[in-house]
Amino acid sequence: MRLQNGGMVDRSKVIRFSFDGVPVEGFAGDTVASALLGRGQRLIGRSFKYHRPRGVLSAGSEEPNALVTVGRGAAQEPNVRATVQEISEGLEVFSQNAWPSLKRDVLSVNDRLWPFLGAGFYYKTFMWPRAFWEKIYEPVIRRAAGLGGLSGAAPDERYQKAFAYCDVLVIGAGPSGLMAAKLAALAGADVILADEDSQPGGRLNAERLEIGGQTGAAWGQAVLAELRAMPNVRVMTRTTVTGAYDQGTYGALERKPAGSPAQEVFWRIVAKRAILAAGAIERSIAFADNDRPGVMTAGALRAYVNRWAVSPAPRVAIFGNNDDAHKTAQDLVAAGVQVVAVIDSRPDAKVPAGPYEVLTGAVVEGSAGRLGLTSITVRHQGRARKIAVGCLAVSGGWNPSVHLTCHMNGRPTWRADIASFVPTPGAIPGLTAVGACNGAFSTAACLREAVAATREALAKIGLEAPQLEIPSAEDAPYRIDPLWAVPGKGRAWLDFQNDVTVKDVKQAATENFRSVEHMKRYTTQGMATDQGKNSNVAALAVLADATGRGIPETGTTTFRPPYSPVSIAAMGAGGQGMGFAPQRFTTSHAASLAAGAPMIEAGLWYRPSFFPRAGETTWRQSCDREVGFVRNTVGICDVSTLGKIDIQGPDAGAFLDLVYTNMFSTLKQGRVRYGLMLREDGYVMDDGTTARLGPQHYVMTTTTAAAGEVMRHLDFVSQCLRPDLDVRYTSVTEQWAQFAVAGPKSRDLLNQLLETPIDNETWPFMSCGAIRIGGVEGRLFRISFSGEHAYEVAVPARFGASLFSHLVEMAKQHGGGAYGMEALNVLRIEKGHITHAEIHGRTTAFDCGFEKMVSAKKDCIGKTMSQRPGLLDPMRERFIGLRPVAATGKITAGAHLFNPGDPAQRAFDQGYVTSVAFSPDLGHDIGLAFVKNGPARIGETLRLVDHLRGVETQVQICDPVFIDPEGGRTRG
Amino acid sequence: MRLACPICGTRDRREFYYKGDAVALARPDPDAGAAAWDSYVHLRDNPAGQVRDLWHHEAGCGAWVVVTRDTVSHAVLDVALARPEAGGVQ
Amino acid sequence: MVDLMAAGPAQGILPLDVAGFSIRAADVGHLTHVAPFAGQAAALDGALRAAHGLGWPAPNRSLDAAPGRIIWFGREAAMLIGPAPGAALADHAALADQSDAWAAIEVQGAGIEDVLARLVPVDTRLASFGQGHTLRSQIQHMNGSITRLGPDRVLFLVFRSMAATLVHDLQEAILGLG
Repeated sequence: MRLQNGGMVDRSKVIRFSFDGVPVEGFAGDTVASALLGRGQRLIGRSFKYHRPRGVLSAGSEEPNALVTVGRGAAQEPNVRATVQEISEGLEVFSQNAWPSLKRDVLSVNDRLWPFLGAGFYYKTFMWPRAFWEKIYEPVIRRAAGLGGLSGAAPDERYQKAFAYCDVLVIGAGPSGLMAAKLAALAGADVILADEDSQPGGRLNAERLEIGGQTGAAWGQAVLAELRAMPNVRVMTRTTVTGAYDQGTYGALERKPAGSPAQEVFWRIVAKRAILAAGAIERSIAFADNDRPGVMTAGALRAYVNRWAVSPAPRVAIFGNNDDAHKTAQDLVAAGVQVVAVIDSRPDAKVPAGPYEVLTGAVVEGSAGRLGLTSITVRHQGRARKIAVGCLAVSGGWNPSVHLTCHMNGRPTWRADIASFVPTPGAIPGLTAVGACNGAFSTAACLREAVAATREALAKIGLEAPQLEIPSAEDAPYRIDPLWAVPGKGRAWLDFQNDVTVKDVKQAATENFRSVEHMKRYTTQGMATDQGKNSNVAALAVLADATGRGIPETGTTTFRPPYSPVSIAAMGAGGQGMGFAPQRFTTSHAASLAAGAPMIEAGLWYRPSFFPRAGETTWRQSCDREVGFVRNTVGICDVSTLGKIDIQGPDAGAFLDLVYTNMFSTLKQGRVRYGLMLREDGYVMDDGTTARLGPQHYVMTTTTAAAGEVMRHLDFVSQCLRPDLDVRYTSVTEQWAQFAVAGPKSRDLLNQLLETPIDNETWPFMSCGAIRIGGVEGRLFRISFSGEHAYEVAVPARFGASLFSHLVEMAKQHGGGAYGMEALNVLRIEKGHITHAEIHGRTTAFDCGFEKMVSAKKDCIGKTMSQRPGLLDPMRERFIGLRPVAATGKITAGAHLFNPGDPAQRAFDQGYVTSVAFSPDLGHDIGLAFVKNGPARIGETLRLVDHLRGVETQVQICDPVFIDPEGGRTRG
Repeated sequence: MRLACPICGTRDRREFYYKGDAVALARPDPDAGAAAWDSYVHLRDNPAGQVRDLWHHEAGCGAWVVVTRDTVSHAVLDVALARPEAGGVQ
Repeated sequence: MVDLMAAGPAQGILPLDVAGFSIRAADVGHLTHVAPFAGQAAALDGALRAAHGLGWPAPNRSLDAAPGRIIWFGREAAMLIGPAPGAALADHAALADQSDAWAAIEVQGAGIEDVLARLVPVDTRLASFGQGHTLRSQIQHMNGSITRLGPDRVLFLVFRSMAATLVHDLQEAILGLG
């Protein structure tokens, strides 16, 4: 019910939303929880396992019960805490885990079956028959249990990630955080103040307390206004700092208000120092049926009354083991809510009187009310007594929010005087905890700690804090007698979210799951969205009791980021759709698309597979035709994606001699040589051609895939191994658009474009040099990947699109045209050229038949290790070609090879197929493979078996060069 | 995680490529023998504590740096250029 | 004989105006990668002064002397922007023409720091990344170069092939602001 007066909501602004399709009105400033409580709705959800009716327990992000789904369709977001979800016009909110309706939930039958569903019941019950687990048990359990669901549709909202930097990050804008931020700001520090609430102030907004003669809320607003006016302060509201990471990096999730262009922003904040002022979370006390809608923490009830001016029910009782319970009573009375009784478990508590009954040395031992609390049973002086109330506020004491201090494997320290864990100083380098999260529970103590810790933090970064008067504030002592669970029959809940009871924890101990980490996993205590924020300390206290150990010896489970749930969409922000990875387009990209070429990804590059022509219905038809262009006339292919590295300097040749197995210092100017690069362990890293353009000037090509890796390798060799070599290099991959012009008519075509025509004498095979083409300075390399008479012509990239279209047009006049990756692959397989299908990281120069390329005259990277006897064993799998014995035989990549008569099992493996193609020239499949002692077995027949595709073929080992083995065409 | 690149300043770990133990700097002579090469290429300590390893500031200046750090506390104790003496310019 | 036609990396994509920001292909002239040979730093500095009125830039800095600009581009490397390199530079440094290798895209608009904060993992606020500052870092997933041209103007360089991705990433960052 909404109270007549008070609160921080704007009653002039009515906001309409819906809950399970029913229209609800609230005020600006309301959360879904406060608005629903305001209209008397206590039942909000159903519990995870037993489908028990549940309501609001807390007033913050720790809420375990009031989980709802917000939005629908692609925008549907499950497991949103109703206690932090701000209402907005038209917001659609749905309850979870209930069918057909929240009030009549079929699976609430689980609650009757509770004796069978205790801790570990999955492990004990669903053992047999074994096959049933995957097919029956798990699907059924998954449907029955659980929280909200996903829509399955990709979200259409925008999520972002961002980076921020500051001197001092203040986490939490309650009294401690505001004070810390103010001092740091006045000292001139660059400050970020992050608070998870839409309205900063923390407990100031929830309490009726005074600071410096004004209300706490007003003081908070004033400080906030001051901070917002300072250029060196950034106040981030709705921003939860979710994790503490190495070297002062913090993760933070910012939730934008409804209607913002981005839904959430995930921040990485880098701070020189951090002040943690995260506050504390109140814990409940376990007693039988303590989970009914209407039972909530006392601090939460104060917040609902003071901040939102709502009470879950007109008649309220309060149950506590500390002085805080009485503060709640006073606040409720002041707000006009009827307090029926205050039940204080401490027999000797000195407590203030009020217009209500006070029972000391008393406990609540039970409750009643099917869909919401109707009464509680109080045991006082040995007698049980029923009291009719619609709301019970429970205060079991406060747990400092130590979470962030434990994110780097720190463990909190037990403080018996407040019966709670506090942060261990120094657990996060550069972070200091102050205020309630450090166990300081009076406002005055919070302010004092904030000032002292901030002063110290500022000094560490060379800033002097000005004198700052600490305003007066309440300084009441915190008196508590621990009470974790009220003894008695029935189920007393610890973890509301996971339906874990006191009995479950005791049972875990009985079954020897005595370690707190084992107990957690056996009972599911402390999992899911709230991660045990409300229940962990009480649960481990119960475990400590059951095992006869103390609480400090029992210890806590591990706190890990994130502090509160972060959507995957926020974590992966920017990675949706085109944001997943950069797209690299060649200069011929538009022309390829226009020609209808399907594009394939080669690393980040997009390259055409083939260029279909009218009448062609399969890729093979196009591919075979394109292979024919190159074999019979001329084909054009964009090869710009190959890495090109410009290498200059007096020691360029020596440098290349070190990174390549073969010699480059002796390469003549104007010539090109094929080079092989090894890793230091002797295996092949990459291959490619390198051209010598001048006395101290080379240009190296790498494969498309390894361009980045080779660049890094060159940096390593140059900086780490041979800093004495005077050599400079840079990637020029993107400077040049480079096209293969391949086929018997290639020179004829080029001579139509070159300003100075070429012939076989001026441009023999493996020559290179500068040219002028189409009015532009370019480079020409006579190299061939296809085995035909071929060239690669390069021009500055701005002319790439223009040159490509001219080349293709002219090729067409010769009866040729563009060819794509499929044809390129067939051509190189027919010629036995290797790619990364062959140099896949487990093959050596010896394996590839390139052992003679490892020069005996010099050292090179990988040479020593490549000479190990095991790497020169002829019985290694070595490079050969394969042809089917019958022309129709299929050869498939990845297939393994066996001797005829041997079973197709690993123990008999003779090798494997790396590349396959249908050769239009030969009219059958061909393959490249690695076979044990392969080169010595030319002519042998093997059994090719592809278990995956169900293929078996008789194949013959042959030379890997299928076309023109003498190389006459290349030199022609 | 952040590393203080001696050239660029302190940068996020995402800008760096990790290679491994800084022993990679001490390449043996070709004829140093099988044991030396085995040790250089394959054998690595895995201490709980201080390590020296090589990182490449790939998305930044391109420098290879030797990072001394503690694998237990995650403290970064030192970041130095693998080749401090060269060039004379940065 | 044919004449080849030139096309810029952002042809057909830019210019764009997005929510108060202008995204334009910068007309930068020549881009020359300059890497001094061993022991040639001082001589190169002199040659740059003589030829272009520019010295050798310190790390993370750019120098400006119209019509030329030189930006630090990595360890022992800088990018000379604008004029063709003076012939004397080649005596002291490896020069590589990169005029076509990089897409140079200029973004202008109030609040550009919020755009940078969404793309670049470095503190790019004016106080730490002011006039005359440049960076090598990442722009979303791409390695690139970022240079401050003014309080609300920044020059991005990424590989030519990724111009469309840069424009996409800039738009996404801008459209999420507010």
